Amino acid sequence: MQLPDFKNRLALPDRILLSVDKPARYIGGEVNAVYKDPERVNIRFVMCFPDVYEIGMSHLGIQILYEMFNRYEDVWCERVYSPWTDLDRIMREEKIPLFALESQDPVREFDFLGITLQYEMCYTNILQILDLAGIPLLSKDRGDDVPIVIGGGPCSYNPEPIAPFFDLFYVGEGETAYRQLLDLYKENRAAGGDRNSFLRRAAREVPGMYVPSLYEVTYHKDGTIASFLPKEPGVPEKVRKEIVMDLDSAPYPEKPVIAYTKAVQDRVVLEIQRGCIRGCRFCQAGQIYRPVREKRLETLKRTALAMLEGTGQEEISLNSLSSSDYSHLEELVDFLMETCREKKVNISLPSLRIDAFSLDVMGKVQDVKKSSLTFAPEAGSQRLRDVINKGLTEEAILQGAALAFAGGWSRVKLYFMLGLPTETEEDIRGIAELCNKIVALYYETVPKEKRNGPVQIVASTSFFIPKPFTPFQWAPMCTREEFLQKAGLTRHAVHEQLNQKRIKYNWHEADVSVLEGVFARGDRRVAQVILRAYQKGCLYDAWAETFRYDLWLAAFEECQIDIGFYTARERGKEEIFPWDFLDCGVNKAYLWREWERAQRAEVSPNCRQSCQGCGAARFGGGVCFEAKEGAAG
Amino acid sequence: MKVRIKFSKYGALRFIGHLDVMRFFQKALRRAGIDVAYTTGFSPHQIMTFASPLGMGLCSLGEYMDIEVCSWQSSEDMKRRLQAVCPAGIDILSVRALPDPVPNRKVISAMASVAAASYAVVWKEDGRSFDGCQELTQGFLAQEEIGALKETKQGTTKVNIRPGIYELRVEDGALVFLVDASSSGNIKPSLVTEAFLDFAGLSVPKDGLQYIRLEIYTDQGSPDQPRLVPLEEMGVLF
Ligand code: SF4
Repeated sequence: MQLPDFKNRLALPDRILLSVDKPARYIGGEVNAVYKDPERVNIRFVMCFPDVYEIGMSHLGIQILYEMFNRYEDVWCERVYSPWTDLDRIMREEKIPLFALESQDPVREFDFLGITLQYEMCYTNILQILDLAGIPLLSKDRGDDVPIVIGGGPCSYNPEPIAPFFDLFYVGEGETAYRQLLDLYKENRAAGGDRNSFLRRAAREVPGMYVPSLYEVTYHKDGTIASFLPKEPGVPEKVRKEIVMDLDSAPYPEKPVIAYTKAVQDRVVLEIQRGCIRGCRFCQAGQIYRPVREKRLETLKRTALAMLEGTGQEEISLNSLSSSDYSHLEELVDFLMETCREKKVNISLPSLRIDAFSLDVMGKVQDVKKSSLTFAPEAGSQRLRDVINKGLTEEAILQGAALAFAGGWSRVKLYFMLGLPTETEEDIRGIAELCNKIVALYYETVPKEKRNGPVQIVASTSFFIPKPFTPFQWAPMCTREEFLQKAGLTRHAVHEQLNQKRIKYNWHEADVSVLEGVFARGDRRVAQVILRAYQKGCLYDAWAETFRYDLWLAAFEECQIDIGFYTARERGKEEIFPWDFLDCGVNKAYLWREWERAQRAEVSPNCRQSCQGCGAARFGGGVCFEAKEGAAG
Repeated sequence: MKVRIKFSKYGALRFIGHLDVMRFFQKALRRAGIDVAYTTGFSPHQIMTFASPLGMGLCSLGEYMDIEVCSWQSSEDMKRRLQAVCPAGIDILSVRALPDPVPNRKVISAMASVAAASYAVVWKEDGRSFDGCQELTQGFLAQEEIGALKETKQGTTKVNIRPGIYELRVEDGALVFLVDASSSGNIKPSLVTEAFLDFAGLSVPKDGLQYIRLEIYTDQGSPDQPRLVPLEEMGVLF
């Protein structure tokens, strides 16, 4: 009798795999995963997204870097994600070291562990990864027998709260400087250098590299930063972000790895541009990815086809901060609709402005009855929308809604923020009033016999968190109590509306927002709280079911760190921020100008209307060098 | 045309669930460029059914999936193309066309026509086998009643699984049996194995045994004269 192969070559025995939820998270071997002979590569790199597999697998950035690294013959790049709490417990009990998915080899044996930092609430998961891998949690305790730990991604634009856990941060877009860093690594090793000599040389020679241990921070009596300087000559005072100016020739995965178990993003993702022209004042992505760089239409067509063929996915989605601003959107969408009809592929079009064009497209690609329209006014009154520089007017919202109602839609989702700078009770009531107007509009515009069920408005509010490198980086953030009071006010205002039965109101947890606020603008001293909270058992803080606010509060208390210092305090013009040593392209003078304009509720035109001189033009490309509207030539 | 595909599942892919296998094939069929028929509507999906989902951790040499195709070349071509896009752990064993449904007769899907399934059970630990249990099989089968706890929607009930065990023997060190797998009388292979271990007075560490599904059968006989044939034999090469 010929029996199939069931020998277990995995890091986890059958017994454990059969006792945890979704064992497919830990076995690797997915379609398009890359396998190499470890004997024939010089560098073993493991890329980590510190959250559960289904989330990490949905992240585009890792797929891009995975593709790039594995195109290098001398490198094998693998993946690792946070083990879910069930396996976490077992690995600790049985002392099983964390392993990479492809080779199933211990992470500890790799040359590099790269961790992508997409949101602040994953910080305890970083410690989990290091801990399970058997890597000392603090960079200063690490020897030559463990990987170099590199951080990257949006949160590395203020890496200070997690600085002691990392050997190195790569600031900016990953496509540009890694080759140089890896060559330096090989050179240093061949010359008999150690970890310290590598880090020193990386900081001095490779652009975009920040080695926290090479900088010294001193503080004023009031707790603000007095100085933030390199400890030795040659280490740059300012680290400038890395940026890809030619996205068309940058590596992009035509055959991304496909999860067996259903990933959050179970579709191919087509990145159409990077950056955003709009300059909403609360938005960090809108600043740190400046300037806008578009991909050519031809590149996108070719990539879309190749990805669909290489994955067999049933859905394609566009990725960008504001797809409606892509110059060739209509042609691209026409092409995709044609291709997808042939191939029976669904299209999803997030971040499209609601107008005649997008409604026409959406009417063709989705079931109008089942889908809903999404608006993100972010604030309830025109005044406050001017403060945040959100170009969306009430008129535009109502026009879009009227068009949509005529087209058969009857469900509308609205996103708002509470706690924005200068917000008053009137602005908050504006949220409820806007919802009410939309309901009324439905009754006015859609005759009874044409109504496709009752109109349904879902309004959601999140709490505003000031982020580094935005004009609001100086702004005080609300306290937890203020947030809750604002949410209560919003709910009350919704209830007062004539059409309140048709409006559903949801709001976010305030506890998580407060912590996010601390980490977003925190300094190095915050790291001890994160470490303490982790030691107390905090993990998966982005998950409501595992988030433990009480433990966090205790950790702050024990470390004698004041939450209010990082959140509720208004910062002055001269204050040195923990992230000021980074140069993300936009300069502080421009951000301050925008902060002042915000307080006067003055809007600023977008990059295509007229340049605001933010500083990003020095990268020498993108939108800064397009002909402006109305400008001659 | 309706096509029946037989495949195996083994190695690390023992740990992917039934829905994952479905999702895998939806994409694999597209990568292989097979002209699958779709439902109509806003989000068309492939017309696809699977026979008896396989439990987590099991291997199989006889998994089945039925699809409908709009155009095709040959069994061999389709098999080759599909195999080319499968990872280690899934092999395409056969591709056959199912006969067109007879008018006025219900079309029988892979799922609905299942009558029985055969399994092999082996020790994972090297050097251990069922070889010494050869003689016990007759005694085991001679029992009129074999009690087992079966989980139903209402909770666990005690049932007699003896009538559902059609064959049981030891072969090459494995415990091999053929059992009822119809929707009404399905018997989990673990129930039979546990009953046998009990009868033989053997104890096994948790997850110490590997279950392998060998084949799934349909019944082409009559109620008094059943005739079990592998599902693939309902189709023909094309
Ligand atoms: S320099 Fe001008 S055009 Fe370029 S990103 Fe900044 S504001 Fe926009």
